[in-house]
Amino acid sequence: MNRIDEVFSRKKKGVLNIYFTAGYPKINDTLRIARTLEAAGVDIIEIGIPYSDPIADGPTIQDSSQKALDAGMSLKLLMRQLQDLRKHIKIPVILMGYINPVLQYGFTKFCQDCKEVGIDGVILPDLPMQEYAEMYQVTFEEYGIYNIFLMTPLTSEKRVLQINEASKGFIYMVSSASITGAKQEVSQAQIDYFERIQKMNLSVQRLIGFGISNKETFDNACQYASGAIIGSAFINQLNKDDSDEAITSFVGSIINP
Amino acid sequence: MITKENYKVNSKGYYGKFGGAYVPEMLLPNILELQENYLEITSRPSFKKEFDYLLKDYVGRPTPLYLAQRMSEKYQAQIFLKREDLCHTGAHKVNNTIGQILLAKALNKKKIIAETGAGQHGVATATVCALMGMECIIYMGAVDMVRQRPNVERMKILGAEIRAAESGSKTLKDATNEAMRHWINHPTDTHYIIGSVVGPHPYPDLVARFQSVISEEIKYQLNEQIGRDHPDMVIACVGGGSNAAGAFYHYLDRPEVQLIAAEAAGLGIDNKKSAATTFLGTEGVLHGSKTLLMQTADGQVTEPYSISAGLDYPGIGPIHAHLFDSGRAHFCAVTDEEAMHAGIDLSRLEGIIPAIETAHAISALDKIEVKDKVVVINVSGRGDKDLDTYITWGKY
Repeated sequence: MNRIDEVFSRKKKGVLNIYFTAGYPKINDTLRIARTLEAAGVDIIEIGIPYSDPIADGPTIQDSSQKALDAGMSLKLLMRQLQDLRKHIKIPVILMGYINPVLQYGFTKFCQDCKEVGIDGVILPDLPMQEYAEMYQVTFEEYGIYNIFLMTPLTSEKRVLQINEASKGFIYMVSSASITGAKQEVSQAQIDYFERIQKMNLSVQRLIGFGISNKETFDNACQYASGAIIGSAFINQLNKDDSDEAITSFVGSIINP
Repeated sequence: MITKENYKVNSKGYYGKFGGAYVPEMLLPNILELQENYLEITSRPSFKKEFDYLLKDYVGRPTPLYLAQRMSEKYQAQIFLKREDLCHTGAHKVNNTIGQILLAKALNKKKIIAETGAGQHGVATATVCALMGMECIIYMGAVDMVRQRPNVERMKILGAEIRAAESGSKTLKDATNEAMRHWINHPTDTHYIIGSVVGPHPYPDLVARFQSVISEEIKYQLNEQIGRDHPDMVIACVGGGSNAAGAFYHYLDRPEVQLIAAEAAGLGIDNKKSAATTFLGTEGVLHGSKTLLMQTADGQVTEPYSISAGLDYPGIGPIHAHLFDSGRAHFCAVTDEEAMHAGIDLSRLEGIIPAIETAHAISALDKIEVKDKVVVINVSGRGDKDLDTYITWGKY
C-alpha cells in the first residue's frame, strides 16, 4: 500500500502536510528538516524541487528556491540526499516541482529514482491532465508514484470530476485563485467553495493548501477536507529560526489542542 | 507517398512535438476559455471588420513592400523590404495587440496585463489600452526598466501602470513570470496580452494569426510588383519569433520559399553571452509550452544575452522549434557586432535605420547565398528606440 493511502486509511481528519524547499535554508538541511518534521508529528512531508521560474509560487517560496539554487541545489543532488530516506523516515514524502527540471533529469529515470529512494507522490503543477494522460501516466503507474492533481475555486464541476477520476492519494485543493503565500483569513467565498466541493462527495481525499498559515486557518480548512498543507508560513518560520526546537514548536502550535 | 508536412498548430495545440499548454490548474480556466473561443471570435465578420479597420486607419497598413535598389545591387539579388517599421508605434508588435484587445473585449475582460522586455510590446499594449479605454498593467524586469527608460516613460504617458519584476534575473523572462502570477491572482476580469508566439496554446497560434497579415500583404504586393505571389526567400529575426511567424505564415506550406530565421548570437555561440536558442538550447518547457530553450543540465532556465533587448529571450516559440527541428526553416546566428554593422549598412544604402532586432535579419544576407534570388526581409521595427545603443557602439 502506498504510504499516502496508509495515512488516510487511519486518519480521516486533521492530516497535516508541510512543505519546505530542498536545500533550504542550508544545502544539507533537507533530511534534517524532514526528520524533525516527522518527529514533531507531521503526517506528510512535501519537498520542493527548486526551480528558476516557479510561476505558481509567491515571493516566499521563490526566494527560498533561488537561494537553494544559488547554494548549488539540484534535482540530482536532492536524489542523493534522499538516498537513505527510508532508513530515517516512515511517513509519506512527496516531491513538488515544475516539469522542466524533471524532463531534463529524464522522466523515466525520475520515476525510477523516486521509487528507489521511497518517494510516494509527485506534484507537478504545470503538468496538466491532458499531457499527463497522454505522455506520463503509464510511467508514473509503472513505478507506483502517485501524481497529485490540483483543483481551484474556478475548476469547473465537470473537470473536478475528471480530476477525481484521475487522482490517486489525494487532491490538492487550492484554497483561492492565487499563487502560494500566507493570507490573513478565510473568506466567505472560499467557504462556499469548500462546501460546494464537500457536497460533491468525491472518492479521493482532499487536502487544502495555499494561505494556510497557523492553527486557526488549519483547523478551519480541516472542517472541509481531510487536512491541509502549509508551505510559505513554514518557510517564513525557517527564515526566523530553523533550529529543530523551533520547527518542533511550530508544528506543535498547529496540531496541539 | 510523401505526405505534406503541416507547420501550423494541430487540434491539441502542438507543432510537431512542440507546444501544448503546460500551465498550472490555476491558469487553466483562462487558457481553456481562450482555447474554446479564439477561433470562433476571430472569425466573426464583425471582429474581422474592426480588426481590418484599425490596422488600416490606425496602424497605417498595408505597410509598403519596397524594392531596395542599392541593397539589391550590392547582393546581386532582388531584395524587398517589408516595412513593418512604419507601423504606428514603430514595429509589428501592434498588429498583435490590436487583435488581442479586440479579443479581450469580446470575452468581456475589463483589464489588460502584459510583459515587456525592451518595452516595444509594452508600448504597443499601452497604446491599444489607451485606444480602448482599458486599464493596463505592464510587467517589466527591473533591470530592463533602467536600460529602456524612454519606453517606460512612453508607457506611462499612455496611461499604463508599470510594475517592476524584481524576481530572478529581473529581465523579460521574469516579467513574463510576474505577469502569469498576476493572472493567476486575477483570473476572471483580466486578459493577458502575450507579445510573442510563445506561451501556452492557443497563444502561439493566436499571435501568429494576428501577425500573418504581414505575409498576406507580401503575397499580393509581390504579385503586383513582379507578377508572382512568392519570393525565393523570406528572412526575419527571431527572439520569441512573432514577426518571423507573421512573415513566414502564408509560405509555411510552400516549399519553394526558403524560410530564414536570424537569431541573436550575442558575443558568439561559443560564448556564454548569447541568445541563439536553436544553437544553444535543448528541449524543455518554458512559459507554458514545450519548446527549445537555453537551460542548465539541471533544467534551470539560463539568462540569455544579446545587444538587442527584443531578442534577449531564453526560448523560441514552439512553431519555430518545429520549423528548426523539421528543417523547414534555416536558422543562422548573428553576433552583436555583425548586426550593428548590418544596421549601419541599411541606413547608408537605403536611408532606413532599423531596430537592432531587424539588423540581425539584414545581416543574414551575408550568411546565405542570395545571388539572383527574390528575397523579402521583414523590417520588423525602426531604430529610434535603439539610438542609445548605436551611439554607445559608436562605429559609424
